[in-house]
Amino acid sequence: MFKSKTLRHAVVASLATLSLSSSVMASDEPIKVGMMLPFSGVYGALGDATRNGLKMALQEQASNLHGRKIEYIEIDTEARPERAPEIASSLLNNSEADFIIGPVHSGVAMGMLKVLRGQDTVMIVPNAGAGPVTGPLCSPNVFRTSFSSWQPSYPMGHVALEKGYKKVVTMSWNYGMGKESLDAFEESFTAGGGEIVKKILVPFPKTEFQAYLSEIASINPDAVFVFFAGGGAVKFVKDYDALGLKGKIPLLGSGFLTEGTLEAQGESAEGILTTLHYADSLDNELNTQFRSAYKQQFGKASDIYAVQGYDTGLMIASAVNQLGGDISNQNALIKALESTTVRSPRGDFTFSTAHNPVQNIYLRTVENGENKVVEIAAPALADPARGCKL
Amino acid sequence: MTTSLFLVQLINGLQYGLLLFLIASGLTLVFGVMGILNLAHGSMYMVGAYLAWYFVEHTGSFGVSAIISAIIALLIGIFVERTLIRQLYRRNHLDQVLLTIGMIFVFNALQGILWGNDPLGVSVPESLAGAIPLTDVLEYPVYRIFVALLCIGIAAVMYFMINKTRLGMLIRAGESNREMVECLGIDIRKLYTIVFAIGVMLAAVAGVAAAPMSSIVPGMGEHILITCFVVVVIGGMGSIKGAFVAALLVGLVDTFASVLVPQLSSMMIYILMAFILLLKPQGLFSS
Repeated sequence: MFKSKTLRHAVVASLATLSLSSSVMASDEPIKVGMMLPFSGVYGALGDATRNGLKMALQEQASNLHGRKIEYIEIDTEARPERAPEIASSLLNNSEADFIIGPVHSGVAMGMLKVLRGQDTVMIVPNAGAGPVTGPLCSPNVFRTSFSSWQPSYPMGHVALEKGYKKVVTMSWNYGMGKESLDAFEESFTAGGGEIVKKILVPFPKTEFQAYLSEIASINPDAVFVFFAGGGAVKFVKDYDALGLKGKIPLLGSGFLTEGTLEAQGESAEGILTTLHYADSLDNELNTQFRSAYKQQFGKASDIYAVQGYDTGLMIASAVNQLGGDISNQNALIKALESTTVRSPRGDFTFSTAHNPVQNIYLRTVENGENKVVEIAAPALADPARGCKL
Repeated sequence: MTTSLFLVQLINGLQYGLLLFLIASGLTLVFGVMGILNLAHGSMYMVGAYLAWYFVEHTGSFGVSAIISAIIALLIGIFVERTLIRQLYRRNHLDQVLLTIGMIFVFNALQGILWGNDPLGVSVPESLAGAIPLTDVLEYPVYRIFVALLCIGIAAVMYFMINKTRLGMLIRAGESNREMVECLGIDIRKLYTIVFAIGVMLAAVAGVAAAPMSSIVPGMGEHILITCFVVVVIGGMGSIKGAFVAALLVGLVDTFASVLVPQLSSMMIYILMAFILLLKPQGLFSS
């Protein structure tokens, strides 16, 4: 501590003799980037990937930061919503973080918003899809680099109609993200003349799906649309196959059904159609570069969470670069962030007035244990941001 | 609900109930004989599932993996009883709860370090991979029928062991009067080690059996633990027969509630428990 302070003083002193421009003065203090991510528990892998991506981007962009160093403050949220307000206010008031990156879990996002909306910091959500973040609770200092829960599911309604499906059963856990996903699918599907014959909401985090699947089999709809993620997605897809529904009733899903779960799902996942704003196999130069660099640096394959973290880093770097390293004026910083076009491995994207990405949604199918991109299901899709007054 | 759907749901409920019995039996056995409330029982279920995955990856055979996993679980049980649980026989339940909750954290952390946080899956062994068609769309996987039969088999073995063997006689004697058993020259400590290890092994075997039909994820043990406690409480703490009846009851109620009253389905088993405790405060078959 003492050493680094002395060193810092020495650097400042020597720089001060050279020049006294404000941007050089600004470079004295590091940019503080607080992270509120789950580094342990069920979402631990997601938190790790996000952090890796974020750091990787800021490292690559170091030359564009106008000499500013980055100081990371990492706090494990354990994906527990009740801890979120306390951690957020500690990062805001004690650490005086310039950026607060988080969270993964939508419940935690709501807790963070309570504290951070309209405050003197910028909150960037690298995953949580809760609609209100860029809807009714949107705020000038809150951005999102991932998706709104509406975004990945809405285009699937059109896909289902194009395939000629008329009667569909929808199913998810009975919680925010699940219900918002089913609603988004229903919105586009019924608008085009489709019918939801049954909507099944399973208590979270129950994974005994057999009774529900038996019921679906007896209804025998044209297709089934689901939202499940992580361990639940693995169990659902395996049960769907084991009970003989696979190959008889097409399975559609929000992309999280087959993200990070394919190895565990094995054969059972083949042929599932999903929509999402990214796919590992996305064929563009940036994605190829990103994936090999990530693999080299962290020794494991990157995933969508790493991409979202990476894009968050790119976004910060771009704003710092635009402002010549001086981010002390919050209005200017927000303007710079708003005007950023993120050159992401998922394809370039911009921000809507509600600060949510305007991005392509891809239709993917599982082939040989990989999500293969079939087509762009919806180009440059913007969330309707209902209830946002920005 | 049509008759065929009703029958299918009946099978679903029984199969789920039988698996619940396998997990809960170890919990109730340990409590009945030793008076130890092992909250880390769910962790043993998780350990079983992870071990099954690990050894399938390395040996390629589900059968071999199941046997190795069961033996390791037995050794874990002996180790934990000898080093930790043994200190608590003369303490109250609160101390036991503290220790076994601590063990949950330790096992979760070990799982994170050893196997990471990604969801894992085990495929169904080749020889049991088929399915029996039930309706035009629905099939019933052979593996699930096999697991149901395995659970019935284990229940039968436990029944025989407790009622007909010398070990079972000691277990029953230990349940009713620990001091008297000691006075008769039986090494009760050894008996406790055996019982605890068997309890751990039962949980782990349930985890192994469940591995190919579920996802192996962090925290899978805590979730199942709560349902197991419901089973044990309904059946009567310490009663194996009670656990068997209660497990089937919980399996059936949960399955039918999911379909018939979906809004209430998450509460139904607790409502069932409250109702039974009102009529029989000690559970169905309390000793």
